[in-house]
Amino acid sequence: MVNFLKYRRLYFLISLMVIGIGIFSITRWGYRYSIDFVGGTNLEYQVKKGEDIAEVKKILEKNKVETISINQNGMTLSIRAKALTPEQSAAIEKELRGTLGPYLAVLRSETVGPTLGEETVKKTIVASAIAIVGILIYMSFAFKSLNFALAAIVAMVHDFLIVVGIYSLLSHFFRAEVDTLFVTALLTTMSFSVHDTIVIFDKIREYKSAGMDDDVNHYANKALTETLVRSLNNSMTIIFMLLALILLGGSTIKFFILALLIGTITGTYSSPFVATPILVWLEKRKKS
Amino acid sequence: MKFIKLIFIILIAGLILWIDLPENQSFPIPLGKEKYTLTLNPPKLDVNIGSTRIIKDFTTRYGLDLRGGSHLVFEVDTRKVKSEDLQDALNSVRDIVERRVNLFGVSEPVIQTLQSGTVHRISVDLPGISDVSEAVKLIGQTAQLTFKEQASAEAKVATDTPYIMTLTKETGLTGKDVKKASVVFDQQTGQPQVSLTFSDQGSKLFGEITQRNVGKPLGIFIDNIPISAPTVQQAILEGNAVITGNFSIEEAKQLAIAINSGALPVPIKLIEERNIGPSLGEMEIKKSVVAGVVGLGMVLLFMILYYGRLGVIASMALVIYGLISFAIFRTIPVVLTLSGIAGFILSIGMAVDSNILIFERIKEELRKGNDLDIAIKLGFGRAIDAIKDANITTLLVAFILFNPLNWEFLPQFGLVRGFALTLAIGVATSLFTGIVITKRLIEIFYK
Repeated sequence: MVNFLKYRRLYFLISLMVIGIGIFSITRWGYRYSIDFVGGTNLEYQVKKGEDIAEVKKILEKNKVETISINQNGMTLSIRAKALTPEQSAAIEKELRGTLGPYLAVLRSETVGPTLGEETVKKTIVASAIAIVGILIYMSFAFKSLNFALAAIVAMVHDFLIVVGIYSLLSHFFRAEVDTLFVTALLTTMSFSVHDTIVIFDKIREYKSAGMDDDVNHYANKALTETLVRSLNNSMTIIFMLLALILLGGSTIKFFILALLIGTITGTYSSPFVATPILVWLEKRKKS
Repeated sequence: MKFIKLIFIILIAGLILWIDLPENQSFPIPLGKEKYTLTLNPPKLDVNIGSTRIIKDFTTRYGLDLRGGSHLVFEVDTRKVKSEDLQDALNSVRDIVERRVNLFGVSEPVIQTLQSGTVHRISVDLPGISDVSEAVKLIGQTAQLTFKEQASAEAKVATDTPYIMTLTKETGLTGKDVKKASVVFDQQTGQPQVSLTFSDQGSKLFGEITQRNVGKPLGIFIDNIPISAPTVQQAILEGNAVITGNFSIEEAKQLAIAINSGALPVPIKLIEERNIGPSLGEMEIKKSVVAGVVGLGMVLLFMILYYGRLGVIASMALVIYGLISFAIFRTIPVVLTLSGIAGFILSIGMAVDSNILIFERIKEELRKGNDLDIAIKLGFGRAIDAIKDANITTLLVAFILFNPLNWEFLPQFGLVRGFALTLAIGVATSLFTGIVITKRLIEIFYK
């Protein structure tokens, strides 16, 4: 048996550091928001490699487009601008076709009003809050103790903070955008986090109810030692799937999958190293 | 009894495999000199039970993000509507939008009303449409047909303005009195025209109007824009009229559609528009499939290397799990989107988890010195608790996110819902395969 709980201060420090960096990044740099949240227009065309962006800029200026950014990445030309009318988009497409030739294909064009994103966030928060309460109630019954539920929720919040923090770094350094897919990734992380925690807690519950051991520390360590392999193995399988998707999957979901990957890693980490120490602490407090 | 059970299982398995068959996949089969082509397709149901006809095909449905198409959201301006009339107005807007979209000839459009606080919206999904500006125009236009007559004879004499400007007096006849509008062609010139058939009341009104305006022009306006102003030759009492103008066939068709579908009771405004070209979705699907297969291969390899024979069993269970889930997706049918695929991948992870949990428990029982039989029995029993609790919480989260009762304070967005739905189906299926199928497989192959 390994005495995992001996190093609880170290785990606490690691978590604090990663969350700290994330919060620093959020307050310092914030996020790059997709049009889902701030409104505007995204245009994406398939073009020949090495097209002259200056030509594109001219066309945009002529059509009075308030351009925010133009990018060419391989065969994809992306334009981000303030909201355009469908007529404007059509006019731009026509002129681009004239200049860049018949290779041009519209990959996507999206225009969103600014109000929708806020609403998505609000509703997702309400949904998450209800989900948290639901988990608290279910776990309190299933584990016959509020402590298990509380510890699982703390670990879940921990994972949430880590993902939003690291994503802010990705947003600053690699142009990752906060969009509705990111919201989905957060929800996935939260649901995975609880799922993973419950497996360890199930072991702890078993030893607790067996009553052969009074020392919380001792049987928690025992449970951790026994479930560590399954925890790692299980996460490895999810990580394999996600890695394959990042390396081989489409470009539109790259950052979404990356967010899921971060969520899976922190979700795996938090079960033994955040949820369990907190559970032990709560259980000890109850006794004393 | 056992025999019947076996046949039943084989039948079910066959059905699942049949539903899972790839679409339109052809294989050449050389048979002696002749060459046959075998084309695979999932089943298609087209049967008559009593008087109801059931048509069902088991093809994969892709969402707009994968298939290409347009997603439009309109905000309804409800300021001028009394609160007690609101629901009626919204329903009628929805119906009119639906009629207009159907006339546009899109297959499987999805039109929904969404409420968020006091704001009402209508979302329109048009798969496969790339020229969206036409669609937006057609859906959003308020197309109000009116007929106007000259205010008075003196007005014409007094001024020098073109006579169309003198048509200012409302006749009270509007698009509401039109029963049907359709495109016809002039028998002499071949010019497209729009023919109108009035309702009973409209016919009466139109008769009166034409009677008092013989020899004078009668203006036909759409949204107060003059379309044509034919001179009335004689009183028309049968309730038919023809709108002529310099229409192209397209224009005449659109005008007929606009008159048919009637005016919107409340104005609507486009607030969101997303068009995904068909090539992008195709690329994403191809890449996702390749990535999924490679990822799954790595997972299977890992399980086999680490768990040996148990790993082989888990791999079999996982493949069965994949086939069953896919068959369910096709049967319901679940519309697959990128976020839906993410939900499915997560559920694959959780399905593997059930197996790993069971194996670790069995190994544990073996280490305690139990016999294999007892170890399997105990291992399963112990693992079920954890699997049950972990999966029930996941199902709980999925249920809230899916928002089955369409509560307005919860997400109503396709993206989050698609994710929740595939996750829930995946987790429910994995409960079944993890517990029932893995156990059977161990009993058959591991002993």
